[in-house]
Amino acid sequence: MIRALGRSALTVVHELGEISLFGLGALRGFVGQRRRLAKLVVAIHEIGVRCFPIVLTVGMFTGLVMGLQLYYTLVQLGAEAALGDAVGLSIVLELGPVLTALMVVGQAGSAMASELGIQRNDEQIDALQTMSIDPKGYLVGPRLVAAVICFPMLTAIFDLIGIFGGYLTGSVLLGVDSGVYWHHVESSITWHDVRGGFIKALVFGIYTISVCAYRGFNTHRKASFPGVRGVSESATRAVVWSSVGVLASDYLITSFLI
Amino acid sequence: MEDAFLKIRGLKKHFGDNRVLDGIDLDVARASVTTIIGKSGIGKSVLLKCIANLLAPDAGQIELDGQAIAHSRRKAGEADGVSFSYMFQNNALFDSLTAAENVALPLLEASGLSRSEIREQVNAMLKHLELEQSGGRYPGELSGGMKKRVALARALITKPQVVLFDEPTTGLDPERKFSVFEMIADYREKFGFTALLVSHDIPEVFEISDRVAWLDEGVIKFFGRPEELDADAESALSGFLNKANYGRKASA
Amino acid sequence: MNNRKIEFLVGCFVLVGLGAVLYLAIQVGSARFYNSDSYELKARFSSISGVNTGSRIEIAGVRVGTVTEIVLNDDFFAILTLELPNSIQLDDDTIASVKTAGLIGDRYINLSPGGSGLPLEPGDTIVDTESAMDIEGLISRFALGGIDEEEE
Repeated sequence: MIRALGRSALTVVHELGEISLFGLGALRGFVGQRRRLAKLVVAIHEIGVRCFPIVLTVGMFTGLVMGLQLYYTLVQLGAEAALGDAVGLSIVLELGPVLTALMVVGQAGSAMASELGIQRNDEQIDALQTMSIDPKGYLVGPRLVAAVICFPMLTAIFDLIGIFGGYLTGSVLLGVDSGVYWHHVESSITWHDVRGGFIKALVFGIYTISVCAYRGFNTHRKASFPGVRGVSESATRAVVWSSVGVLASDYLITSFLI
Repeated sequence: MEDAFLKIRGLKKHFGDNRVLDGIDLDVARASVTTIIGKSGIGKSVLLKCIANLLAPDAGQIELDGQAIAHSRRKAGEADGVSFSYMFQNNALFDSLTAAENVALPLLEASGLSRSEIREQVNAMLKHLELEQSGGRYPGELSGGMKKRVALARALITKPQVVLFDEPTTGLDPERKFSVFEMIADYREKFGFTALLVSHDIPEVFEISDRVAWLDEGVIKFFGRPEELDADAESALSGFLNKANYGRKASA
Repeated sequence: MNNRKIEFLVGCFVLVGLGAVLYLAIQVGSARFYNSDSYELKARFSSISGVNTGSRIEIAGVRVGTVTEIVLNDDFFAILTLELPNSIQLDDDTIASVKTAGLIGDRYINLSPGGSGLPLEPGDTIVDTESAMDIEGLISRFALGGIDEEEE
């Protein structure tokens, strides 16, 4: 029992190490690539543009529901003026980075894992190697760089639209004075908070995209089944590992930042 | 054989307890077509992948044109100016790129050529393979035979000296199979590459083969001209060949 | 989808994304990338209950700065560090008081500029302060009607 625990702990550490090396190798490979900008544009399209609508939608609804929930809690304390602080801080510090990362994992990460898995099964990754093209640098590198660029941007978009959603329910619907709401948003959120949110977004971005790419890329080694089932297993594992990792590392980063 | 272009000595590869290749010796003459036959799962693809450096062999030597290929440090696809190309069973074309972009890929990503030179070479290659009309289409929009030709174009665009064909005719009807073999023979003459094939299409593949190698139990058990196969009638090889032919007759 | 459309969409996304990042950092997060146009004053209070670092400073109801540091000195007084823009010059008889926005709203520092003609230099301490109002005390005195009796 304890041995099993120890073994799974070692597995996790081993996997994390391999994923880090995988990510570093991909970045190093990307540096040696030709036409880097063109590849980066495609990767930003995949991770940024394609995730924009879902981030916008989820951000809006998160803000709306936060405005509603927190208003009814705060009004019991007679402190509905503090709605702006509550909505703004909870979104910028926690919900923005975490939900954005989970949405991107769902939209782009799972697709990336299965695409790479299929490319592995179809020998496209081997084909790149026989053409003297570094497969990691070609397939994974641009996506990692795109993650570094896109995650903070998507998080900022989520934050702003979420705060606006809180304004819609809090002020327009429930009648908190709009000046009070925005004043509280601006005065409560400091640069320290915003920076913390961006640090989280960066860590989540690098982590989730590395995990998803690693899982898909190594479908032949990691999945317990060959073929189609292996690809679906890779995609599932990629999403599970990414999501759990986001929440676990969120706790760690938060305790460092406070 | 003195003039062996590709020389393999004592090549070994195992996966776990399974000794897939257990000391392969093989000599391939320059600009010849050599076909490797054998049961499914016996390690024919593993042998090709070891030669192409997609898999690292456990032991053994591979020499190309008298030069040993150092497996540990060799960059895939290259060895002292002699290049390999690999044609995969399922073509391994990129779905998101057009046929022309697929063909251009190795030049675009791993050569020092300018864009206009690349375009010129790709157009010439597409024309050679009668694909001019299909350059702008995606692999998903092409027929099986056309995909094969695109894959061949991609394999040949780097002017390789050795082309490795991993079951080039799987999933094609008899007519198409024949045209793929014809294509390999024709372009071998046109481009002068050395071809190493893995195929199950016995006896059709013998038409274009200069040499046949039978892989069984991890070693090459027969190596010679296709005509010599029938003479060797009482061996286990003839059993394999008879079954292969029988299966063919039954399905025909 | 052709390359040109992808490039256009990516361009738009990067513009919107950068805009959002900068807006969030500068407007909402009030990030300062330069620090030269503000100075600091100290203020000594007997009680600053409810005031935090980051609490705002107002003059005549207009927000002019923030509390950047709170320390307790050897005599058990709270020493606040106030950050104010250079454009605001205060005299040494300025009164700093802890005020409350709403009944349970947050606390802020209000400055009432004086007119002594002797300006406060950066780092000087405002000694004329009014500490936090003890709301519980006030309420209980109201509720029990104790104010009048006490004054008698």
